[in-house]
This record gives sequence, C-alpha cells and structure tokens, in this order.
Amino acid sequence: MEIAVCIKRVPLLGSAIVLTPDGMAIDTSKLGFGLSPHEECAVEAAVQLVEANGGSVTLFSMGHVDGEEQIRDQLAIGADRAVLIDTNGVEPDPQAAASALAEAISTEDTTFDLVIMGSESADYGGSQTGIRVAHKLGLPVVTSVKGLKIEGGVATCERAVGSIREVYTVTLPAVITVRDGLNIPRYASVPGRMKARKKSVDIKQVTFDEPRITTKKFTIPDREAKGATSLGSGDEAAAALVDVLKQIGVLT
Amino acid sequence: MILVYVDHDRGEIDPISLQAISAATALDPDVQAVIVGHGGKELAGEIAAYGATAIHAGHHVDLFDFTPRAHARAVHSLIEKNSPRAVLAGGTPRGNEVLSHVAALMDAPFASECVSIVLTGADRADIVRARWAGNMLEEAVVVAPVLIASVQAHSFTAVAAAAPLSLTEFEVPLSEGDVLVRVQDRVGSSAGGVGLAEAKVVVSGGRGMDGPDAFSMLEDIAGVLGGAVGCSRVVTSAGWRPHAEQVGQTGTKVAPDLYIACGISGATQHIAGCKSSKTLIAINTDAQAPIMGFADYVVVDNVHTFLPLLIEKLKAANQK
Ligand SMILES: Cc1cc2nc3c(=O)[nH]c(=O)nc-3n(C[C@H](O)[C@H](O)[C@H](O)COP(=O)(O)OP(=O)(O)OC[C@H]3O[C@@H](n4cnc5c(N)ncnc54)[C@H](O)[C@@H]3O)c2cc1C
Repeated sequence: MEIAVCIKRVPLLGSAIVLTPDGMAIDTSKLGFGLSPHEECAVEAAVQLVEANGGSVTLFSMGHVDGEEQIRDQLAIGADRAVLIDTNGVEPDPQAAASALAEAISTEDTTFDLVIMGSESADYGGSQTGIRVAHKLGLPVVTSVKGLKIEGGVATCERAVGSIREVYTVTLPAVITVRDGLNIPRYASVPGRMKARKKSVDIKQVTFDEPRITTKKFTIPDREAKGATSLGSGDEAAAALVDVLKQIGVLT
Repeated sequence: MILVYVDHDRGEIDPISLQAISAATALDPDVQAVIVGHGGKELAGEIAAYGATAIHAGHHVDLFDFTPRAHARAVHSLIEKNSPRAVLAGGTPRGNEVLSHVAALMDAPFASECVSIVLTGADRADIVRARWAGNMLEEAVVVAPVLIASVQAHSFTAVAAAAPLSLTEFEVPLSEGDVLVRVQDRVGSSAGGVGLAEAKVVVSGGRGMDGPDAFSMLEDIAGVLGGAVGCSRVVTSAGWRPHAEQVGQTGTKVAPDLYIACGISGATQHIAGCKSSKTLIAINTDAQAPIMGFADYVVVDNVHTFLPLLIEKLKAANQK
C-alpha cells in the first residue's frame, strides 16, 4: 500500500500567544516547533498500515525549509521519504495550499492508494485542505476520522458526532482526514532516528496561486482577567470548595 | 440574498445553524435556507421562526443520512439558480465539510470559523476568523462574488425573527460520485465519552494525577455532582484515559456550569476546550500555573492529598 501523509509544522505555544510588533505573525523566536496531534496520528496510522500490508509512506509538508527537523522526527517513527514544499516565508491561502499539495502528490512517480491528512491544521484551522486536495485529485474523501480499518481495498471509517459514531466506507484510492485519538502515536526509537538521517527529503519550489483570502493582521482576543479567589489549601479549602459548589447550585 | 446551509441529524436541527441564520440576517434581511435529507422539510417551521424568508428542502431517492458531497451539490445548485451574495453555515464539522465541498466545486475561497463578517463591495468582504481554535484572530479580506463562510460556534446569537413560512422542495441533481461517501451505519457512544460535551459538570485531570489510578477520585467527584470526567492530552497520549475524554483544541470543547481542573497546567490548547465554562476551579501545586489565571477559584494543593479530603466532605454534604 502506497500512502501519502500531509503534515504541517506549527509553533508549540505555551500558555499565551505573543505576536510580532506589526501583528502579522506569531513571535516564534522563543518557541519550539512540532506537529498537530491530528497529523501525528495520521503518520502513525500510515506507518501501521504499511507494517501490516507492505508498501511505503511518503510525507508531504509545506512550509519553511527549517521544517526538515520535524519531518525527520516523523521519518524516525517509520515514514520512508519526504517532499518539502518551500513556501519561502509566504503563507498560501487554503486554495493555493491545496493546489500545490495536490500537484506535488500527483507528480510523484508513486501512485498513492491513500492520502491521509489532519482534519484541520492547528494554526489556520481551515477544515478544507483535505477536501480540496481530494477534488483536485479526483478522489473521494472521508473527513474527521477517529477509527480506521482497511480490508480488501475498502476503508471503513468512524467519526464521532455528539455521543454516537457514524460509519463510512470508501473504496481506495481515497483521501482520509483524521483526528487526534485515532491511535496513540509512538515515540521514535534511537535506531529509528539513525535511519531517519539517511532518508531523502526532496525540497521543491512552487509558485503559489494568487491568494483570494488576504490576511490584514492578527490579534489576540482579550482574556477576561478573572481575579481568582483563593480557597487556600487542605481541610479548610475542601470545606470552602463545598460551599462554592452549593452557591453555584451544582450541589444541593 | 444570503443562503444558509442548515444542518440537522434525522430531523434534529443543529443549533449552530440557527446562529448562522441570525448572522446572515445581519448582512441582508433576505435570507434563504437550504436543508437536505430525511426529516429536513419538517424543520421548515422552526427555520422560518429565525427569519429565513424561503426554505429549500432538497431530496433524492439516494439521500437519507448525511452525505457530504450530495449536500454540497444541493447548495451549489441553489447558488447557480438564485445567485446569493453569500453562503453561510455553522462552523461545525459538517457545516465546514459541506462548504469545503461547495468551495472546491466552484474553485472559490472558503473563510471558515468567522466571528465577524462585513460585506464591503460586490466581491469583497472583511472577515475576522478564529485561528488556533479561537486563541488568535485573523482579520482578512476575501475577494469572491459569492462569499462562502462558516460562523464559529457561539460567536453569533440565534435570534427569533418569525418570517412567513415559504417552503419549496427540490430534487438534488446528483451524480454517482456525489453519493460515494455517506453514512452507512451509526453505532452507540464510545465508552466513557458519554455526554462530556453536554455535561453540566466536568471534573478533569492532567499530568498532575500521576497515572490512571488517581482518576477514580475524579470519577467519585463526578458521580456525586452528576458530571463527566475529562482530561488533558498528556493523559490520553499516556493511555491513562480514553481519547473521548480529552478536553481541548484536538479533543472535545465543553461549556459546563462547572469545570474542575486537577493537576492541569492550562496550555492554550487545553483552554481552547474549556474557556466557555461558567465557573472554573483549579487545583494545582503551582500557584503560578497558567490555569490559575483562568480560574474563578483556586486551591493550591497536591491532588493526592487534597482530593480525598474533598470527597469526604462532598459525601457528607450529599448525605444530609
Ligand atoms: C496543536 C496542539 C493541540 C493540542 N490539543 C490539546 C488538547 O486538545 N487538549 C489538551 O489538554 N492538550 C492539547 N495539547 C497539548 C498541550 O499543549 C499541553 O501539552 C497539555 O494540555 C498539558 O497537559 P497537562 O496540563 O496535563 O500537563 P502539564 O502541562 O505537564 O501540567 C501538569 C500540571 O500539574 C501540576 N501538578 C503536578 N503534580 C501535581 C499534584 N500532585 N497536585 C496538583 N497539581 C500537580 C503542575 O504544577 C502542572 O501545572 C495540544 C498541543 C498541540 C501542539
């Protein structure tokens, strides 16, 4: 089974987002980078499928060339090779991003049985790239999947809707977008990390389509300063907490 | 005219769709709604009560439960026929999915998760949309003759504004590719996750619980208060609790009357899932932990020694 997985490097935020003075970006000078949990689960699912069925996993990532480090982390857990589309510091809008990804996926020598992506990116949260890529590739798409089984070329996908799960089936080739909780991503082993150093990461340059959604600036929504009341600690705090629960009516 | 895609589940209307109708009414009093699938047309009265002047109910022999691309086809056919200035939907997984298909069919932009929309010209709109699950906002300009946008849940208030009922039924023009992906089956809730999103009280644990065993204390508290147990991602990725209990950006978003955070630091991605709680109580050994800044009440203590004291007092209070 030949699987393509799309991943995106994002800053690992702490407890607050700090913007650059011009409000055009997050100040990442003090931040590390990683992937969204959705995409970590996407890579884990692909590696498990290839372990069970044979084949290979190719990663596609779009972003800053420094993202090679996060790509190598995923090669270390078992992906075979990667293509990094260099954005040259420009953030394409979702339409342009999907076109560039679809182009990169379809111009590979490998024909993919499955394209796995996160249901939405951690930062942009557009919820549309997987669907747009599917349309460009002429493939069916199942989104927000939290349970996945593939047998005889048919994928059975579950997704959570409120407290029930919907079941979808789709014949491969297909695009599937997944959510955190699909699996528990493994940690890279030391031999895995050694092997990852030798795996190929092709860097591609592309010209993006003109954006149709243009960012003017970012802002951070006002966080209500609540001025927490301290209840202290120990026995006295436990009694005070029970009083609070009575006051707000959750304990009668 | 503004067209709104109204989502429903077997005849139960999605409340965020009603918020989208009110958001549309603020842009143009001429708001029409499209609803697709089994049980949809029965909701026309409820939709009209929020101000939709015309309701289009799409049907087809092949349509029963949710079929994303077919729903998009229904929306797209109405766009071609009635030329709306904008198409809106609720910023829910389904609303975003249907509008993504519509945008892909038209090769048009789609601004998801908007908290503000202003139409500034024949093909321009100023929008503000949520990034990082609402922890950051993006002000942007969208250039498109038909604006396609979803509204972030609870950013707009659904306001009743009765319009006379005008219902038209139409057959959705479907091709084979539109019904390939559809709900084939529905199965019961996954263990443990029952009602987390709707619970009035959520008792959540994080890394500070130090393992799965201490969660039995949170189950006890949730039991007394009639609530659900939640947790942070550290907890689910360690396998201490099922993912159905994870609160946050990539877990469940909750809005209970009371959220109790035990041994949770308050990372932005966790806060994204619990910031709509009416009252937040944090229990943490570190008085400087970020969660303390979001809390209404804080207890600076060790969960392993404090929670047994609390349970004792709760049980005593409950017996009275
Ligand atoms: C894109 C993205 C999406 C994410 N989505 C989510 C999400 O949906 N949900 C989520 O939760 N996280 C999410 N995360 C992870 C998030 O960034 C944090 O890593 C996580 O929330 C931290 O969990 P925690 O608070 O349990 O652990 P920590 O941050 O390690 O905090 C543990 C806290 O427990 C306290 N503590 C320790 N011992 C005790 C004790 N004995 N008694 C009392 N207090 C104690 C400590 O003082 C500390 O404050 C996401 C991350 C990314 C990058």
